[in-house]
Amino acid sequence: MRAGTKLPRWAEYGLLPLVNLVAALLLSGLIIRLIGESPWAALKLMVAGAFGAQDAIGYTMFYATDFVFTGLAVAVAYHAGLFNIGGEGQAYIGGLGVGLVGLACGGGPAWLVVPAGIAAGALFGAAWAFLPGWLQAKRGSHIVITTIMANFIASALMTYLLVNVLIKPGQQSPESREFGPGAVMPSVHDALAKLGLSFADSPFNLSSLLALAACLFVWLLVWRTRWGYALRVAGQSAPAAIYAGISPPRIVIGAMLLSGALAGCLGVNELMGSDHRILLDFPGGAGIVGIAVALMGRNHPVGILAAAILFGALYQGGSQLSFDMPHVNRDMVILIQGLVILFCGALENIFRRPLAAVLGGRRAPA
Amino acid sequence: MDFYRDLILLLAATVRVATPLVLAAIAGLYSERAGVIDLALEGKMLAAAFAAAAVSAVTGSAWLGLGAGIAAASALALLLAFACVTHRGNQVVAAMAINIVVAGLGPALALAWFDLGGQTPQLDGPHQRFLGLAWPGAVAALRHPLLGLPYAQLVSGHNLIVYGAAALVPASAWVLYRTRFGLRLRAVGENPLAVDTAGISVTLLRYQASLISGVLCGVAGTYLSTAASAGFVRDMTAGKGYLALAALIFGKWRPYPTLAACLLFAFADAGAARLQGVALPVIGVVPVQFIIALPYILTVLLLAGFVGESVAPKAVGVPYSKEK
Repeated sequence: MRAGTKLPRWAEYGLLPLVNLVAALLLSGLIIRLIGESPWAALKLMVAGAFGAQDAIGYTMFYATDFVFTGLAVAVAYHAGLFNIGGEGQAYIGGLGVGLVGLACGGGPAWLVVPAGIAAGALFGAAWAFLPGWLQAKRGSHIVITTIMANFIASALMTYLLVNVLIKPGQQSPESREFGPGAVMPSVHDALAKLGLSFADSPFNLSSLLALAACLFVWLLVWRTRWGYALRVAGQSAPAAIYAGISPPRIVIGAMLLSGALAGCLGVNELMGSDHRILLDFPGGAGIVGIAVALMGRNHPVGILAAAILFGALYQGGSQLSFDMPHVNRDMVILIQGLVILFCGALENIFRRPLAAVLGGRRAPA
Repeated sequence: MDFYRDLILLLAATVRVATPLVLAAIAGLYSERAGVIDLALEGKMLAAAFAAAAVSAVTGSAWLGLGAGIAAASALALLLAFACVTHRGNQVVAAMAINIVVAGLGPALALAWFDLGGQTPQLDGPHQRFLGLAWPGAVAALRHPLLGLPYAQLVSGHNLIVYGAAALVPASAWVLYRTRFGLRLRAVGENPLAVDTAGISVTLLRYQASLISGVLCGVAGTYLSTAASAGFVRDMTAGKGYLALAALIFGKWRPYPTLAACLLFAFADAGAARLQGVALPVIGVVPVQFIIALPYILTVLLLAGFVGESVAPKAVGVPYSKEK
């Protein structure tokens, strides 16, 4: 997708995403104005709602942790030339793995149960991504379509399991019983309290460290290993990869397994970190946000980290906004998210060409 | 007799559920046959559902609602074509963007305009909805249930959009296979270079196909909010756009098989509600969720080549560039 016009690195990774974001925010501001509220006041409320207090920051970082996992999942697949829309389903099934460990071994020691939960989440997520990957690699089935279908199948499967199998007996709402105390990821509040520091209570938990480690791991893997090189070559050009002795089908399957595993880790943050039980539809669209995060972060872990915090702030700030502005609610955040995808992904050339002209960028050979 | 009656009612429900699917799947047929992936069926339908319900609520006319629905969906279709054809952006990304924008924008505008928590007002005025039309003699026919029941429930009693959707399929088959426009449309989805070499504009054809898709999605969305229900609610398409896409793939990008797939999926959907907790002979109780997931499972199996083979138009998803 980067063919066409080349920009200097700082503009490619810094300026262009910023211009895209500003365009999306301006358009959203226009719509808020249309609704009859002040866009400037809305922006101030959102920033205050996302960063104005310790617990607000905690919520922002909690959401951001989700988006790092799903953003990385999209990015890894993207580098292999695949568009994985199935993050939502992979996160959902990954959460099933986390939840099963939490339900079965919740009585065990946390130092054993939490890592087991992480492993199960990654394993279940990877397993759910395996089939679309395998079908793409071996049968040529379009991965976009199969991952969308897999999302719906995951949703139906989880509804079935929660309504019929995992539901806490004697209860109406479809959710599992609470995990045992061993299956709880310590919150930042508790962890800092042990060190004698105080931080407001919020769902912000140590899964964030796992997310940071995932960023580092993806960066090392994709840019500093042989396999990562093969991944990027196969993503750029399958014939070139074959010529270089790389097997594109194996890369496709490997990339999807890793992508699914990353998405599956969302369950660690949501279930072991916050809910402590399996809930219906707990990913809540985070898999889709991952697409926006990856596009905005230019599929690089550092960019994804920044974009995830931005979207975390939008989510947290957006829910605060709805308290103060009766005519604006969280739907506005979904709108901004869609506009970011539109400007960063689909219409990126609109700003790329003028920027290149201004900056004197060179035309890439056609 | 009760069984017969249940069956006819189930088939009538199937027709009602299938209507938006048929409209959306045929919409996708046009754009995908022209080489533009149409993942935005969902968003275009949802936008039309909102626009139709909002305009119908304000003006009291379902027909003006239909116009607004078509306008909204067409505008999005043109935006999609602008991003994917003119700017050669990624078609999948553009479509996802549109779906998400609409999912946010619809309820946001509904909240601002009507103050009902993201819904439009209930449409209960005399002309605010497309209601079922009773054909002559439908009531009298019920005196002879064997033939009268199918006549009263299946042939008669639907709204105009249902009959329109039924007529759309043969019309589209004719356009696609019997007209010059259809030939060019199919060619541009298989080999745009050949079409371009023949002096026909690839861009224009793809814009036309997108626009047709927009109009049909507009009708489908209008059906959801002003015929099948009485107003717009958040996420009211609930994946129907993707289900229509699955039907299109299941129908191998051909009009009649696509219709058959829509009817099959709609039958499963209409049946799922009735099968809840009912034990069937031999298989026992089938979980409702399994029936809901069945269309998606079937589509994956088909795409995998385990049940026949479904081959997409060759150039689908590939932006056309003269320079290459």
